[in-house]
Amino acid sequence: MSLLPTTRRGGRGADAPVPMRLGPRPGEVIDRRRTLPFTFNGDPYTAHPGDTIASALAAAGVRLLSRSYKYHRPRGLLTADYLDPGAFFQVGDEPNVRGAHRLVEAGMEVSSQNTWPSLRFDVKAVNQLAGPFLATGFYYKTFIKPEPLWPLYEKVLRRFVHAGAITPDPGGAFYDHRFAHPDVVVAGGGPAGMAAAVAAARAGASVMLVEENHDLGGHLRFGDAADLAALAELRAQVAGETGIEVLTDSVVTGRYDDNWVGIAQRNLPGVTERLVKARARTLVVAPGLIERPYVFGGNDLPGVMLSTAARRLINLYAVRPGQRAVVMTANPEGDAGVADLEEAGVEVAAVLDARRQQGVVRAHGRGGLRTVETTDRRRIEADLLVTATGWTAPTSLLNQSGDRPVYDRRSARFVPDPARMPENVLAAGEIVGDATVAEIVEHADAVGREAARRARRDTTAVTVPELRPDPHPELFSAGTGGFVDFCEDVSAKDITTAVAEGYDSVELVKRYTTVTMGPTQGKLETVNAVALVAAATGRSIAETGTTTWRPVYAPVTLGALAGRPHEPVRYSPMQPWHERHGATPLVAGQWIRPEHYGDPAAEVRAVRTGVGIIDVTPIGKLDLQGPDVPELLNLLYVNKWSRLGIGRVRYGVMCADDGVVLDDGVTGRLGEDHYLMSTTSSGAATVWEWVENWLQTAHPDWRVHVTPVTTAYASINIAGPRSRELLSRLTDVDLSAEEFGYMHVREGSVAGVEDCVLWRIGFTGELSYEIHVPAGYGLHVWEQLMSTGADLGVTPFGVEAQRILRLEKGHFIVGQDTDGLSQGFTAGIDGLIKLDKDDFVGLPELRWQRERDTHPRLVGLRPVDGSIVPPEASQILDRSGGIAGRVTSSRMSPTLGRSIGLGQIDRELAEIGNHVTVRLPDGRDITVEVTEHVHVDPEGARQRV
Amino acid sequence: MMLLPCPWCGPRNATEFRYVGEAGPRPDPASATPEEWRRFLYVHANPCGPVRETWYHRAGCRRYLAVERDTATNEVRSAVDSATGVAR
Repeated sequence: MSLLPTTRRGGRGADAPVPMRLGPRPGEVIDRRRTLPFTFNGDPYTAHPGDTIASALAAAGVRLLSRSYKYHRPRGLLTADYLDPGAFFQVGDEPNVRGAHRLVEAGMEVSSQNTWPSLRFDVKAVNQLAGPFLATGFYYKTFIKPEPLWPLYEKVLRRFVHAGAITPDPGGAFYDHRFAHPDVVVAGGGPAGMAAAVAAARAGASVMLVEENHDLGGHLRFGDAADLAALAELRAQVAGETGIEVLTDSVVTGRYDDNWVGIAQRNLPGVTERLVKARARTLVVAPGLIERPYVFGGNDLPGVMLSTAARRLINLYAVRPGQRAVVMTANPEGDAGVADLEEAGVEVAAVLDARRQQGVVRAHGRGGLRTVETTDRRRIEADLLVTATGWTAPTSLLNQSGDRPVYDRRSARFVPDPARMPENVLAAGEIVGDATVAEIVEHADAVGREAARRARRDTTAVTVPELRPDPHPELFSAGTGGFVDFCEDVSAKDITTAVAEGYDSVELVKRYTTVTMGPTQGKLETVNAVALVAAATGRSIAETGTTTWRPVYAPVTLGALAGRPHEPVRYSPMQPWHERHGATPLVAGQWIRPEHYGDPAAEVRAVRTGVGIIDVTPIGKLDLQGPDVPELLNLLYVNKWSRLGIGRVRYGVMCADDGVVLDDGVTGRLGEDHYLMSTTSSGAATVWEWVENWLQTAHPDWRVHVTPVTTAYASINIAGPRSRELLSRLTDVDLSAEEFGYMHVREGSVAGVEDCVLWRIGFTGELSYEIHVPAGYGLHVWEQLMSTGADLGVTPFGVEAQRILRLEKGHFIVGQDTDGLSQGFTAGIDGLIKLDKDDFVGLPELRWQRERDTHPRLVGLRPVDGSIVPPEASQILDRSGGIAGRVTSSRMSPTLGRSIGLGQIDRELAEIGNHVTVRLPDGRDITVEVTEHVHVDPEGARQRV
Repeated sequence: MMLLPCPWCGPRNATEFRYVGEAGPRPDPASATPEEWRRFLYVHANPCGPVRETWYHRAGCRRYLAVERDTATNEVRSAVDSATGVAR
């Protein structure tokens, strides 16, 4: 007898594919008029539009699709849907593609992942013989010592691990986000989901109906004629409701606080994946049920599959799943599978009715199923074994909503506990209970109306009919070994071994064996694992409980999480000029600024000898008005502000209440109750929030109004001995030293532009004016300065020259020369900190800091060999070689012709004139002299002229 | 992601806000001992249950809000403008 003539006989011909495509089926989803070419492991195949990769290969008679994760065992189709652990493929440069869900496209290059040298002759299948090496918990047992070998372990293991190859080049992939505010999100587009969506929409709700598959319908799609009729009716109803937005090939990935629902949407043209962030008033969870595999020896052989898999292949794709079948069934769906197989021309050799204690003991075969061993001691030759042994309710979204599903022994599944569900989450359909399609629709219709009611917050509740799970035998394992987790290659023996080794809770077993931690995330295997733990511990399944179902329900690409690439940047109004003149851009927070225009050292010399202008628009600017501004300044700055005269400018430092330096800048008094505060460029937003915080939470009675004006003004610093000469040509403000002294502020016109603010300050150490002009005129004023000052040799300078100039002057930069632990006295502003004030932010800590007097000091640094610039963050060593500080700023000074720096150093070494050792990153040690902060013009004569 | 009921803007995503921290009185800087001051700075109750805290509606009205929230459930019992006490 040769029942399986073309697939079973020796040599290579043993696995020679036999076409398995059937004639047309009433519910098929393929378009037979067209064929699409694609390749699998380099060989040419064809598919029809609508075929998944797996269905096309199955139609071509390919049964061996992949190798398993740990033991490299041959695997074929198990579920024939998104979850199928035997059908993960590499498609082009995309790894881990769900091959029983992804539709074939013309020209697709599909390959098996992680097989070497080929799928058929996988060398690593030798792992099956090296079992002890991969014993239960083998990671924990094997890779403990010696620690230095860990990188090697990782390298070797990577070669064995089931994963595709990624390319660092994202290519043309485009990802996106969308924000949505539907009244109702329905998770699951089967009969219950469709009926709930229709009912909610008819009740006036806006509805998002989300379905994982490419079409609505759930199990009706692969059902009988009555199912197909019901499906057509429901689809027509959905299509007739304009209030329903249908998202197919999309999955609700998680439910979070206040019904924030994530949806990964994959069917948008031109978008690889889109993350929809939906804020749903009501969430209806209608995922249906997932068929559960049965655990027995040989249950992972190609040819062993679930009844739903066989029915999908036959009815959706018109593919005959095998030639001669044994069916183990415990429910009506399994019985329907028998009918489908017979209709598809499969010889059904035996039906084992589990309701009458008949069943499978073991499956045998190499590379594919050959014989089935049954409880009545028969050995039946077959290439297909179909099991229908029970259902798992995918309760993830309910768990994430606070529900704790309870085990119902009568129906052999976990069911939701409605009492624990929040007001804005409802469950519909088979996840709640079993019924006819008509009853499911009736139940879901009520749930949909109730969901709409809750979304509207109406008062009269809808009565939802009761739905109960049908009785079902408890069938988990035949007790003959086999695999529990097909993704992670976790066997029944692994579970019992783990329990024997003391891992007696399901959460511990999960982490020790990695059961449920693979791509299917427990949807196929959790309940079986729980049942095996329960059996091994002698506890009941209810006592054992399940592992936690966390988001995400299905994988989301990193691209979808990141969304559309957009990074806002800020430019000053003078940016076009900078670009025309070859400025090298510098990213400074959100701002793009000129770092230099070619030669920063020359820019420094121009400022020291002539005049330069720099675009300082990003400097933070706050307009402060009101009679209580001095109170505010006194509170936020460490120095005193009560007696700042009109027209005067003062420098101030802000600390937080822990005494750590927060920001610095100058504030000028423009009028009786009118001040302009400047902040560091990077601190502009922080200081604004800081000011508002103190005003709103601590002193709401103070009359101060704050307006951020950072970008209302374009800001230019004009610096150098000839800056007065240059600016005087363009302004109506008297710039004479007598009328406009150092640290004063004036308002006036510049280059014909009214309402400019001019302050005379000196960050660079030279005579300089910082002018703030209405932003729309920034470019005009800049160009006027450049053209008017041409005969003076006016030179634009960038951030780098400014950094050198300020370092020559010993001015520290908050965040560069201070850090998150630098309290006020560390920054060297001892003279500024007025501990005799009644209060200011940070006062107590600064008082204690000075009393302790153990803090590091900010000092000037000069390498003895002035040709060496120790890189910033080089360490300063104490006499025993320990770390005593670090270089915080360092540059070659064009003015002095030698290297200079600033650094934080322990108090004991901070004395001026000390020589200390600095260790460079290359390991060399150099000697550095501790100096005052100021390297150039310590008297400050140049800026006061 | 939780919603916060801003008294000015209505229910908004928590990401629009900056969490400032538990609200508590600032000790008198003239008399506070280091221990009291650092308790104020660093030691927070962090209860599993109701807590008074400050949130700043950074991407909205830019007002500081006094919020009473249950950290176990994220239920917001009240949210008022810190300065004016205005509630929705």
